[in-house]
Amino acid sequence: MSDNNEFEPKIIAYVCNWCTYLGADLAGTNRLEYPTNVRIIRLPCTGRIDFNLIVKAFEMGADTVLVSGCHPGDCHYTSGNYHARRRWMLFRGLLDTMGIDMERIHFTWISAAEGAKFQKVITEITEKTKQLGPYEAYRKVCKVS
Amino acid sequence: MDIGYYPGCALHGSSNDYEMSVRACLEVLGVQLREVDDWICCGATAAHSLNQKLAVALPARNLALAECQGMQDLLAPCPMCSMELIKANQAISADAKLKKEMAEIVELKVEGKVSVLNLIQIFQQVGLDRIKELAVKSLDEFKPACYYGCLLTRPPEALQFDDCEQPSSMETLLEGLGAAPIDWNYKTECCGAGMTMSNEDTVLDLSHKILTNAADHGANCLVVACPMCHVNLDMKQADIDRRYNVQHDMVVYYLSDLVGFALGLDEQRLGVNRHFVAKH
Amino acid sequence: MARIGVFTCWCGENIARNVDVEKVAEAIGKLPHVRCSVAYKYMCSDPGQAIMREKIVSEGLTGVVVASCSPHMHLKTFRKAAESEGLNPYVVEMANIREHCSWVHHNKEDATRKAIDLVRMSVAKVLRNHALDPIRVPVTKRALVIGGGVAGIQAALDIADAGHEVVLVERDPSIGGKMAGLSETFPTLDCSQCILTPRMVDVGQHPNIKLHTYSEVEAVDGYLGNFKVTIRKKARYVDMDKCTGCGICWNACPSKKNLSEFDFGMGTRKAIYVPFPQAVPARPVIDANACIKLTKDKCGLCEKKCPAGAINFDDQDELITEEIGAVVVATGYKLYDIGKEQQNDKLAGYGEYGYGKYKDVIDSLQFERIVSASGPTVGEIQRPSDGKEPKSVVFISCVGSRDNAKGVSYCSKICCMYNAKHTMLYKHKVHDGQAHVFYMDIRAGGKNYDEFVRRAIEQDGAQYHRGRVSKITEENGKLIVRGVDTLAGVPVTVEADLVVLAAAMRPADGVEQLAQKLNVGYDEFGFLSESHPKLRPIETNAAGVFVCGACQGPKDIPESVAQASAAAGKVMMMFSRKELTREPEVACVNEQNCAACFACARACPFNAIEQAEIRDRNGNLVKRTARVNPGLCMGCGTCVAICPSKSVDLEGFTEQQIYAQVESLV
Repeated sequence: MSDNNEFEPKIIAYVCNWCTYLGADLAGTNRLEYPTNVRIIRLPCTGRIDFNLIVKAFEMGADTVLVSGCHPGDCHYTSGNYHARRRWMLFRGLLDTMGIDMERIHFTWISAAEGAKFQKVITEITEKTKQLGPYEAYRKVCKVS
Repeated sequence: MDIGYYPGCALHGSSNDYEMSVRACLEVLGVQLREVDDWICCGATAAHSLNQKLAVALPARNLALAECQGMQDLLAPCPMCSMELIKANQAISADAKLKKEMAEIVELKVEGKVSVLNLIQIFQQVGLDRIKELAVKSLDEFKPACYYGCLLTRPPEALQFDDCEQPSSMETLLEGLGAAPIDWNYKTECCGAGMTMSNEDTVLDLSHKILTNAADHGANCLVVACPMCHVNLDMKQADIDRRYNVQHDMVVYYLSDLVGFALGLDEQRLGVNRHFVAKH
Repeated sequence: MARIGVFTCWCGENIARNVDVEKVAEAIGKLPHVRCSVAYKYMCSDPGQAIMREKIVSEGLTGVVVASCSPHMHLKTFRKAAESEGLNPYVVEMANIREHCSWVHHNKEDATRKAIDLVRMSVAKVLRNHALDPIRVPVTKRALVIGGGVAGIQAALDIADAGHEVVLVERDPSIGGKMAGLSETFPTLDCSQCILTPRMVDVGQHPNIKLHTYSEVEAVDGYLGNFKVTIRKKARYVDMDKCTGCGICWNACPSKKNLSEFDFGMGTRKAIYVPFPQAVPARPVIDANACIKLTKDKCGLCEKKCPAGAINFDDQDELITEEIGAVVVATGYKLYDIGKEQQNDKLAGYGEYGYGKYKDVIDSLQFERIVSASGPTVGEIQRPSDGKEPKSVVFISCVGSRDNAKGVSYCSKICCMYNAKHTMLYKHKVHDGQAHVFYMDIRAGGKNYDEFVRRAIEQDGAQYHRGRVSKITEENGKLIVRGVDTLAGVPVTVEADLVVLAAAMRPADGVEQLAQKLNVGYDEFGFLSESHPKLRPIETNAAGVFVCGACQGPKDIPESVAQASAAAGKVMMMFSRKELTREPEVACVNEQNCAACFACARACPFNAIEQAEIRDRNGNLVKRTARVNPGLCMGCGTCVAICPSKSVDLEGFTEQQIYAQVESLV
């Protein structure tokens, strides 16, 4: 945490290798600055992501989880991102019912050319999470069980 | 056969001859017409030019009345009316919110389930074979140019009736009754529609072209299924003649007139003697 | 016992400026299982790689993490280096502390803390990496080319010239496709047959090309490098070995009035026929529906007269199988059906143009046949109705294309060019004629294309009207074309003798069924889907199946030829090795656990998951299971996420690896 004891969110981002990961690379190449809170986990495709990974992230202390992949129609594996999207629609309901704060989960499309969008998304999410505060509620539930 | 009947403003007004023709003809064919009680104007061009909701509400009221009065099929001999009724039907059936809204506006429940038919479709329902059975005369002296105008077949997605570029339903019917309809090029070209008063020049020009082309292709009469077209082609023919210094001499019949002739009805009964251009 | 080596790179100043590299190396060195943790200025350089290799040997490393740039830059570099020291390349991972850290964060303290997290994640992951071997797939070095138009011909010749066997299957009696029927081609006005027929002959004579004409692909089994293709050779009723192509049979045949497919209905042919004189093979076929012997058991003149005894009325379709390693699809196109009959509900006819009603309203391919010197009118431009020379011809663009209301939405690409060409060909033959073109836009983007169109307008006097045509009717033998000129702002009526409709290019009939046999995707219009529209326009999502030419999308001859050579290149890449090797980061099913629900098989975009049976020694069924074909799996992991029992996992991105990465961040 930083010196003035300000809350520093922990953000875990599951990104796809072909679009968002490269978009983040591009943000780097263009030296676009953004907050240091995010930790990127590289996956071949957002289709690889299931419910458990998101829940695990919260369990391990994430205050916000981001899932980001290719725009519809652009998936390197044709339809992986569609599966992810459809899964996401189902999960939303489930996670919501479970009581998970939906403002702490984000799903975006960021292409390999959208370095600036990556910077913007990370910055906005970090800001938002700072306002929401640490996600103590989830960890409390975990400790109880 | 028992069907609902929506005459519309034209048939009760200046195109009363069309109503006479339709009623006389269908009576012989055994079709009982039950006029919608307390019907109102369908809105025609005026409504849909000004307000989308009004354009649905006016026909919706009529559809609701028809439904309440237990009608499943509804004959609207004027294509403008039938088109507005069909479009309202489709809009209401497809949009639950709109259906509710219309029910509130027209103060009646409306389902959008009534089947709206035009004049040609009624004859198709009766069936050519049945009409031939009841026919007493052949129409072989008639070489009609069948004129569909704008609204009988368009918009194609909504009406789904006949081919909108090369329609042939009238020809099929009339051929079956012994007539020899000609092939010509102005079947679906506009006659000027409702601009009879407001833009007379356009009407005269367009209708003149229609009458000319019909004659050029060997027609000895014109057949229409729309009261507006009839007014422009028949009532205004004298003005057209004067303007273009010609003498068209082209009798304009309603489809029900010719079917009526085949069934043995006379001009008086069918209201044909009230047309402006008479047969020589 | 895991022994991980971590190598943190300064990358000159790129990383070191904003990340305290030495601190990272020190912190990571304290983690369990990390045997050595060093920092160096340039890990990717020769000395940098040498350090890594030295440590692999001296420390007996079982896994390596390089903390430097993006894996997209140098993962392959470091994996190769590790492999050269005998360490399995797949136990090498990278932590991206440059693009994702030093280049985007300027607070050194925060950036260093983040870098340590990122490296720690990679160490946690690599502890669970498996040593993997590349997947080896044998490859049959024979290619199948489906379609014998210019694209198929080009692909077949390229592959055959490279020394590999090609099986070329063509549905028509002769190869040549649409190009064989064209008159002249833009922008050079080359005679189409003159430039194509030598290629056709090459195909017919090539020792490496096995040509099956009048044949279709019936079934495709197998996978990349190992296809088994069943081909139906339709009954020709002519013995190809005996027939000499002398022509006595078709001269004798009394069944004359059959519409010629090659002439698009503008001319006729006999029941026994060669579609055009330069056909390859130059042997006739009998149209069973037009043949008097085959339909009524009378005549048989051809059989009586044939000096070689080559006619065989008892001929049957024959099914053959070919072993194939790679497939190239080049099935070409057809034109939009302008008449009222359409093949599906979404497309409607253009009754307003009178096609089918008026004989003198024809489409562009029909016009090509009229203009062609070897066509039904021997190159004289004549009206189909009365054979007279038309003095006024109207060409209408965009018939069926760019039409969201009742046609297809896309642009047919070639019509602007061939319309200009048609006006020129017309003018060159009818000097006192006038050509009119009704257009929406002019698309002439190729080399010398725009100049070509300008030439049609400026030199050959074609009149271009920017607007659409609303209706075509006929008066006194003339076609009255009513349109508009939007630039002048007036309606335009042209009295034409002939109207030519530039109908949209569409995929050939039956392509969707063929695509399903090959597991190739297709779009809503039936065009075959490429893997990636920009970077992989020739490959499909079915490994080993490539597309080229108009079947992938509307295009002209130069593009079709270029794509065909590209497809051939892809095939030759496949054939250039003894075996195909693929990255082993593929999915794998735990067959004991698998409940055989096959959700994975349904989700897989590449059809890489099979339904397999496990049987005991006596052949009894023990269980069913999903099984990943490592030859086809592309490693996306969709199956892993969808599996309800977590019975399938993805090498390189296993459940354990990912959880470990997340857990390391606590």
